[in-house]
Amino acid sequence: MTAHQAIERIDAYPTRRIAGFPVRAGRPLPFGATPVPGGVNFSVYSNNATGMTLVLYRAGEPEPMAELPFPDSFVIGGVYAMTVYDLDAEGIEYGYRAEGPFDPERGHRFDPTVVVADPYARLMSDARTGPRRSRVALDDFDWEDDRPLRLPHEDLVVYELHARGFTRDPSSGVTAPGTYAGLVEKIPYLRELGVNCVELLPVFEFDENDNPRAHPVTGEPLANYWGYNTVGYFAPKASYASTGRFGMQADEFKNLVKQLHRAGIEVILDVVFNHTAEGNEYGPTISFKGLDNATYYMLTPDGHYYNFSGTGNTLNCNNPVVRGFVLDCLRYWASEFHIDGFRFDLAAILGRGPDGALLANPPLLETLAYDPVLRDCKLIAEAWDAAGLYQVGSFPNYCRWSEWNGRYRDTVRRFVKGDTGVTGDLATRMVGSPDMYAQRGTSATVNFVLCHDGFTLNDLVSYNGKHNEANGEDNRDGDNNNQSWNCGVEGPTDDPEILALRARQMRNVFMILLASQGVPMILAGDEVGRTQQGNNNAYCHDSSLTWFDWSLVERNADLLRFVRRAIAFRQAHPVLRRGPASEVSWHGVRAWTADWSEHCRLIAGMFGTGAGDSVYVAANAHWEGHLLELPEPPQGTAWHLFADTAAPPPFDAHEPGAEPVLPDQTHVEVGPRAVVVLVAHSQADQRDNGKEE
Amino acid sequence: MAFKAKMQIEDGTATIRLEGELDGRSAPELNDLVVKAAEQHVDRLVLLLEELTYMSSAGIRCLVFAHQKMPEDAEIILVGTRLDVAETIRLTGFDRSIVMRETLEA
Repeated sequence: MTAHQAIERIDAYPTRRIAGFPVRAGRPLPFGATPVPGGVNFSVYSNNATGMTLVLYRAGEPEPMAELPFPDSFVIGGVYAMTVYDLDAEGIEYGYRAEGPFDPERGHRFDPTVVVADPYARLMSDARTGPRRSRVALDDFDWEDDRPLRLPHEDLVVYELHARGFTRDPSSGVTAPGTYAGLVEKIPYLRELGVNCVELLPVFEFDENDNPRAHPVTGEPLANYWGYNTVGYFAPKASYASTGRFGMQADEFKNLVKQLHRAGIEVILDVVFNHTAEGNEYGPTISFKGLDNATYYMLTPDGHYYNFSGTGNTLNCNNPVVRGFVLDCLRYWASEFHIDGFRFDLAAILGRGPDGALLANPPLLETLAYDPVLRDCKLIAEAWDAAGLYQVGSFPNYCRWSEWNGRYRDTVRRFVKGDTGVTGDLATRMVGSPDMYAQRGTSATVNFVLCHDGFTLNDLVSYNGKHNEANGEDNRDGDNNNQSWNCGVEGPTDDPEILALRARQMRNVFMILLASQGVPMILAGDEVGRTQQGNNNAYCHDSSLTWFDWSLVERNADLLRFVRRAIAFRQAHPVLRRGPASEVSWHGVRAWTADWSEHCRLIAGMFGTGAGDSVYVAANAHWEGHLLELPEPPQGTAWHLFADTAAPPPFDAHEPGAEPVLPDQTHVEVGPRAVVVLVAHSQADQRDNGKEE
Repeated sequence: MAFKAKMQIEDGTATIRLEGELDGRSAPELNDLVVKAAEQHVDRLVLLLEELTYMSSAGIRCLVFAHQKMPEDAEIILVGTRLDVAETIRLTGFDRSIVMRETLEA
């Protein structure tokens, strides 16, 4: 032995053999399967099990290669821990048989004939190549000097995308369509668009084949495309990785995060802690149900599943054990995957106690708000649930939680289609909804008009009603309250006037969104007018109906250019992002005199009334144009025209910093159903392209 | 097929010729050689892979290990990488720090 070699540790030796494998009592923490010197440490807990067996498989084999019951001396409290030596960590799959009572009335559903997955499995095998099983992950990815970006929350422009659908269509032209690696190849597109944050629809392992319905016309089975049905909370989805057959989905996903960070783009994950893929008593036993049903799920006194999620079960998030599980999971993604934030699906459920009652001070939400590992992560709540609880503006926030602002969505939609009585509410929404978030600044509200759940922007201006027949539920599914207007014809048309109006309405939505204080979120594809043919609940279609059609980048280049410029304009003007609302003045046909009456469809706001940055936004939902008297720009400056959505492209928006001066500094014409945006620059700035004299 | 790894060091270049199957069980052997090469402060590490019949993710991890062990300015060159392995290296982002060539002379 040379001097610098350490003495081998005695705790790295097996103490006995079970089923032919050398083993020793393991470490209870961390839970899951963790490579240790010479072997793998397996730790799983169950408070109600009476026995536990580790089941090992060679990767992809149908039958186990060994079953290792945990001896009593390997159990501490409710935690079963064993270190197994001489294992090829990358060549095995594993699961557990948990013994215990099958007594549904008391909440127990143990069934040792089923091999359950490890809730803490950090990898799961690709179900397309064999059974979906837990696997061991290595954490030797080379992050170099990457870390979460910590961009100021109010400066984000969020882009909601589906990790598979974004590049799955052949038109994407990427090497590995529909994968994390494919998404890496599209980073230049995201950079050019100007977004600085992507929010990924669920990427935790889920079962895309759990939809029992078939397409009513083709008879083909429908999918679970969105993925709000988690199977493995610690495992990146294997089928989204081109290297899944090598078991390298974690590496490929980490590389995606690393490359996005290099491009200055944050990564937010859409996470689903309100329910799991195990359904109700008729659903499959995958992991939680077979390990500790009474702990993990909200159950009625007679052992049935509460269903606040609309999917059959509800995760018992404020049970201390489950709370620990959620915290472990998020800490893992934040630290091991450098994730910048999380958006919580149906987050109102996270504020319910074990009996479903609303808690005044929900421990889970508080824990996540104050956790040191998650300190810099954005936490975004979808502040409602499927049982009617609606907490937008009242979600327990601890000055940490932001919310998807559903009121913003509904108000902008109603205003743009021409409803009356909306202007006052729109003004409030455009300054960060201070009626709901007065004490918290503009980062508390995520403003959006469209998201994956509902119409695309193109369909919002092309359909009055939903067209969900292809979902196999006789058009009964999906939201009926869409606040959409088809501009005169339902669906596709070749009428140039209607097409022009629709294009203008899309620009109106984008311009209002990108000129509103708060964090804007854009649905991927809306910037090029993606359609789902009127389907507002396309969760079950993994097809060209839902995939990003990259040919639209050419075909709708005008809209794309407009959106790029509008994003760049927002980034150039802090007054559109930072507040406070008191720094915004309101105007109408006459300067300094806004018309808040019921019948008015016109509103104009001047953001930044001081000497610095100043932007004037006039939104006219009336079918007639109006001549607006302008407030004076700050001293020494003149109004310049950034955008006029009624102008023909490319004059609908100018390059930020190169806006033409407004010929008449006292008035501006806003066309029918149009938005005009002005910016105050000194004349010298314009003449010298921003150079100081 | 049994795994074999042989290393030669001359003129600041460590050349490792690999044969057989590089997987979780054989990877430590290659890692040991990489450590030895790093200790010699070579400025080039060349891995000859033409005679490798199989490479698992553990093998790909060896390359990451090499990248971390070698001095920052050292070159890592793979020769004769099989197409699927090269693709995996590229898709997981390792190709940014590693040069792949078809032949040593290229």
